[in-house]
Amino acid sequence: MVTVASADAHEHHEPQSFITKYVWSQDHKVIAIQYSLTAIAVGLVALVLSGLMRIQLGFPDSGLVDASSYYQFMTLHGMIMVIYLLTALFLGGFGNYLIPLMVGARDMVFPYLNMLSYWFYLVSVLVLMASFFVPDGPTGAGWTLYPPQAITGGTPGADWGILTMLLSLAIFIVAATMGSLNYVTTVLQARTKGMTLMRMPLTVWGIFVASIMALLAFPALFVAAVMMMLDATMGTSFFMPAIIAMGQQLPHEGGSPLLFQHLFWFFGHPEVYIVALPAFGLVSDLISTHARKNIFGYHMMVWAIVIIGGLSFFVWAHHMYVSGMNLSFGFFFAISTLVIAVPTAIKVYNWILTLWKGDIHLTVPMLYAIGFVVTFVVGGLTGLFLGNVIVDIPLADTYFVVAHFHMVMGVAPILVVFGGIHHWFPKVTGRMMNDTLGRLHFWITFLGTYVIFFPMHYLGVLGMPRRYFDYDYEFIPQSALDLNTFITIVALVVAAAQILFLYNMIWSAFRGRPSGGNPWGATSLEWQTPQTPPGHGNWGPAVPEVHRWAYDYNVPGASADFVPQTEPQRGPSQGHGHGPEQPGEKGHS
Amino acid sequence: MVLAIILTIIVIGSVAFHLLTPWTLTELGSNWQSMDAMLHISFAITGVVFVAVTLFMVLAIVRYRHRPGRKAQYSPDSRRLELWLLGLTTVGIVALLAPGLVYYYDFTRTPDDAMRVEVVGEQWRFAFRYPGESGQLGRTSIEHVTSDNPLGLDPGDPASQDDIVIPAGGDLHLPVDQPVELVMRARDVIHSFFVPEFRAKMDMVPGMVTSFWFTPTRTGTFEALCAQHCGVGHYNMSATVNVMEREAFEDWLGEQQTFGEHLAALGDRDEDDEVSWGRELATSEGCMACHSDDGSRDVGPTWLNLYGREVTLEDDSTVVADEEYIRRSITDPRAQLTKGYPPAMPAYDFDDDELDALVAYIRSLQDDENNNPDAPDTNAER
Repeated sequence: MVTVASADAHEHHEPQSFITKYVWSQDHKVIAIQYSLTAIAVGLVALVLSGLMRIQLGFPDSGLVDASSYYQFMTLHGMIMVIYLLTALFLGGFGNYLIPLMVGARDMVFPYLNMLSYWFYLVSVLVLMASFFVPDGPTGAGWTLYPPQAITGGTPGADWGILTMLLSLAIFIVAATMGSLNYVTTVLQARTKGMTLMRMPLTVWGIFVASIMALLAFPALFVAAVMMMLDATMGTSFFMPAIIAMGQQLPHEGGSPLLFQHLFWFFGHPEVYIVALPAFGLVSDLISTHARKNIFGYHMMVWAIVIIGGLSFFVWAHHMYVSGMNLSFGFFFAISTLVIAVPTAIKVYNWILTLWKGDIHLTVPMLYAIGFVVTFVVGGLTGLFLGNVIVDIPLADTYFVVAHFHMVMGVAPILVVFGGIHHWFPKVTGRMMNDTLGRLHFWITFLGTYVIFFPMHYLGVLGMPRRYFDYDYEFIPQSALDLNTFITIVALVVAAAQILFLYNMIWSAFRGRPSGGNPWGATSLEWQTPQTPPGHGNWGPAVPEVHRWAYDYNVPGASADFVPQTEPQRGPSQGHGHGPEQPGEKGHS
Repeated sequence: MVLAIILTIIVIGSVAFHLLTPWTLTELGSNWQSMDAMLHISFAITGVVFVAVTLFMVLAIVRYRHRPGRKAQYSPDSRRLELWLLGLTTVGIVALLAPGLVYYYDFTRTPDDAMRVEVVGEQWRFAFRYPGESGQLGRTSIEHVTSDNPLGLDPGDPASQDDIVIPAGGDLHLPVDQPVELVMRARDVIHSFFVPEFRAKMDMVPGMVTSFWFTPTRTGTFEALCAQHCGVGHYNMSATVNVMEREAFEDWLGEQQTFGEHLAALGDRDEDDEVSWGRELATSEGCMACHSDDGSRDVGPTWLNLYGREVTLEDDSTVVADEEYIRRSITDPRAQLTKGYPPAMPAYDFDDDELDALVAYIRSLQDDENNNPDAPDTNAER
């Protein structure tokens, strides 16, 4: 393979100085760590913002936050969590670290581009953080940034704040494009001998399809951001009709606010799956490894990822049922949205069927994986309410929506992130994370988030609208406000508990128990590296050769309870056929 | 084992919470029982799936958790089981979707006999308009908007002459058991009109007209609120909906002034030039976005009866709102902040004579109860 040869040549230039090794690094593993640490750092900012918001909602008389700051915190919390934490962490962090190792490559195909991707990402984060310091502060338009509101005077940060936000998004999209091109090309071109597409671990499949989706979806957000910048600064009217804002008629006419919503959600809905598909992939591997059992229905799982990825481009307007678009669209988008539930349900069944008749080790990564399934099932099922247009009409823009998306694309993916970090930490550092701290953090986070978001659905059923700074309405009983206070207290506890995780990560990186190269007894290639952490070029003198799929656990007749992918097949009858040679083979009982 | 027990508690707790929760639907006030019915069907079907999936995991954890010597079964897939699950899921989805779409069809079809009422959103208030005897809402344009014509009706359109405008701050009145089509506009940003008891809601989008329909089914007053983030005052944007018996509604409607009568009254208004200029300034400079002239609470204090009144400041001291105080509040708004209002106002840099005009206008805003002989007619009408 050409790419393998060129990567071999690359190895002769192993960087030596601190700067080239850890700062201007082109090694996918270092870039992955840079991406991850930056994402976690900016995620902590978003976590603090959510705490401040919750204090206002739970203790409205505290006067800690005023209405302007509330809306600014709300906006930044949402945007950071979705884009700058989850997207960056799954693609830039996990994707960067795991793709080359899992497909048996020495590095990404375009290492220099990979480095640029991180530095553009860092700049986008810095620009975003800078918006806290511009006149009037960051934008308070909500993470959906709907115009005209985002660029008119009644919204905090409608001058500088929104421009820094849009600029930061544009830079982020440049970074994500460079990264995603790399991930897609590496998966397609740099797989080692024997690593067919249908032998790839589901982690790679999830990140691979999510990267393709990022390449197709982010451009819609990019043009929307550029068009809004032009509306705000150059007097164009893409999204701006003739309006009177703050008592003055603005020099715009003829634009369409709905156009922005279509562009935003054409990006925004695939974005949900850009976060979810890597989580699906990672969690499949966590469950299979720690249940010591092959993933159930691998082919179905791969096709489900591909189909979900494809369908997710045809459901965007379910976010717009009550936006004022033609009501007839509701029929189409309700159908496409509920159809996507079928492959998603298949994935859930296959996870729990993987547990069935397994040898379930309740390790910390497994706890997070099971926590993910519970949370994701709740979040996925409430999606059936909101996707079904007639049920969405009363629930739209209420706390039901807040509860739904936090469960399905906030908490669920974050639980996978925690599980994934616990699982791959030994490969990255050569040390285990502390088990007791890990369990404590899991229980507080999993139960805490459930107690926060489960009752919140019912506030939505009651009719409490979201994005309210204060609730002074007759139909909202005092008990609902008391519930808000309770939720705030739990949220603050959960937020504080994240210190346990950070402490565990930092402490274990230096003092953790040495792990050896394959502490979980896992089959996939990243656990078979000659060194742990893997050296520059990953594989030493020769890249590995792959002979089987990634899920040979407890194979009948095998001596150990796992068979690495590098292990040759012993005879033609062995291996239960999950290679490309017999893709449709049946006959397992 | 701990995990299995806690997951079981989560299942039991969630179901119990659902059955016992005090936080549930408000009493229905419209024809959309179908939305409630579909909500309950959705809870039932998804609840069964949630319980089944979670308890299946509990069972798996109990039976197949690691013990020394345990071996997992090697079973890559089972086409038959997968097809069964695929089929069952599809049935569940169809059971949700089919009735949902049938009911949604009703929502997309406005009845022919629906009464049209217009709702106009602006930051952060709702205004309303009835079509009057012609049955037609007159043309509107943003260019016609002034403080005397806040909804921008075209004075030249005959259909607008008999329209009845309820300016921002007023209530929406509706007759019970009469299908209503709300046609909606927004003056500035996107808003949404949502009465929780009516269930249905719809965004109001500047630059276009949106609509939805419902039939109020019980009399009483309801809170309408904005459900689409519309800026810093979003959470305060609300109105009262008064659903009345048909006769009471007709009586109320008959008492309202038509747009034509309103224009005629304006023509007769005997007003000082300085006051007029102040009114124009207040409109064109954006003061009225945050200060009302009719006593209603907005982002900033109302101007009605402000002049000469005692104002409580943030530090609990008081000051009389005289000319000096008002001028300072415009040029340096944070110097003497009224208690209970956010420090949201930017400092304005007006010329002296402009300030005089604004003060004169504010001074003129006294309603009848204050017995000010200068009070202009328009305010009494509101």
